[in-house]
Amino acid sequence: MLLLFEAILCMRHLFKRRNRVEVLRQMFTGGIKSLAVITVVASFTGMILALQTGIEMRRFGQEVYIGAAVMVSMLREMGPFMTGLILAASVGSSIAAQMGTMVVSEEIAALELMSINPVRFLVMPRLVAMAIMTPFLSFYSCIMGVVGGGIVGMTQLNVPWSAYIDNATRFADNKDLFVGMLKAFLFGIIIVIIACHQGFATTQGAVGVGNATRRTVILSFLTILIVGYMITRFFYV
Amino acid sequence: MIKLENVTKILGERRILDGVNLEVRRGETLFVVGPSGTGKSVTLKHMIRLMTPDEGRVVVDGEVVSEAAGKDLERIRDKFGVLFQGGALLEWLNVAENVALPLREKTKLSEDEIDAKVMEKLTMVGLEKDMVKYPSEISGGMRKRVGLARAIVMDPQIILYDEPTSGLDPVSSRMIDRLIDHLKNELGVTSVVVTHDLHSALSIGTRIAMLTGGKIVELATPGDFVKSQVDEVQQFLESQFITVRGEWEKKGL
Repeated sequence: MLLLFEAILCMRHLFKRRNRVEVLRQMFTGGIKSLAVITVVASFTGMILALQTGIEMRRFGQEVYIGAAVMVSMLREMGPFMTGLILAASVGSSIAAQMGTMVVSEEIAALELMSINPVRFLVMPRLVAMAIMTPFLSFYSCIMGVVGGGIVGMTQLNVPWSAYIDNATRFADNKDLFVGMLKAFLFGIIIVIIACHQGFATTQGAVGVGNATRRTVILSFLTILIVGYMITRFFYV
Repeated sequence: MIKLENVTKILGERRILDGVNLEVRRGETLFVVGPSGTGKSVTLKHMIRLMTPDEGRVVVDGEVVSEAAGKDLERIRDKFGVLFQGGALLEWLNVAENVALPLREKTKLSEDEIDAKVMEKLTMVGLEKDMVKYPSEISGGMRKRVGLARAIVMDPQIILYDEPTSGLDPVSSRMIDRLIDHLKNELGVTSVVVTHDLHSALSIGTRIAMLTGGKIVELATPGDFVKSQVDEVQQFLESQFITVRGEWEKKGL
């Protein structure tokens, strides 16, 4: 929490051009470079959701409603959740490894000596970048999931595209989108703070870097699950 | 200029520094030598408060570093440039950007002024033609020279060197020695060098301190250091070259 608080305080430096450039660089590194894997995972998540629910609903002749099931699941849970897990495994582990290596090779010490605050220089740009990119990627994963579900609906369940989309948009509301985006926003922050904290706490050289990376992924997964559940409970119970 | 007063540091169950008293005089090049794991780098880190002593204190120009914080610590640290063992270069910045980093972050100089200063320092270390290379594209010796250029780019009064010649070939080592000596003679910089390299210490050192078992067991000029009767110093000298000379003498060379 202290690291998060310090990083938020450092956001006043965002007005400097080089900090904005660094945020954009991190948005590209952490966000845009994750698009490919998110596309694949989200599409298949939507396809699996559509297939599983469609098979059951077909028994009752209600397979036309798979659009609603996929859209609501993706917006509320699967979109932000899958995005969070992918980013924790890819971006979070990468940040932890980078910070850990920088500690081991005395780069963090060098920054401190140059009176360059590592939180401002390293944590803040990553935090801002991921807080922006995670909701965007989550929304994108929802679209991909819905498209994937639609393709399965058309090809496997004989649900016309127009009926699928009509159902999908009719049953989802703005609250689902808002809650999903809020989750994604918090997941982005969680991933960066855990990764940086673990990276900065690295000791024992290469072994320590490996441990920091492993702890980052495990802690991020657990925190994402718990926070996701708490938000769902707060907004829907 | 820098005083370590009865500094003790305990890491885990080991007493790394055990009541170290050491004074670095303005304008001198003080070498701290000794076997591995005797606390040489730890001593260096205490001077810039990357570590704080469990007992005792560190004073720089009358200010207690070990108790300083915030702006006071920043002001004290501004007097220092540090060459870390591996150079500690940021891998995603090229050579010129690494050297320019303190100028960009801490001064209001224009880009043209920064470029000029970076070129001046890189020329000093002989790397003006490698400005756009990344740390992963240059050798260990070049990394250290880039680290040195970055350490001196803010024109510090004191430069700390952590194993500046370790892992380098003899030619690169002597080049680093010449740079250390040049900075002392031309710019009046005070230097503290932690090293195993007795050749460097005897060639360009003003004084040499021998650290063993967490204590300073000898502090002398190079001439007096080689004549020291302290057992640890004798063993250290023998391990580096006196033994070899003895072999030569036996062979009548």
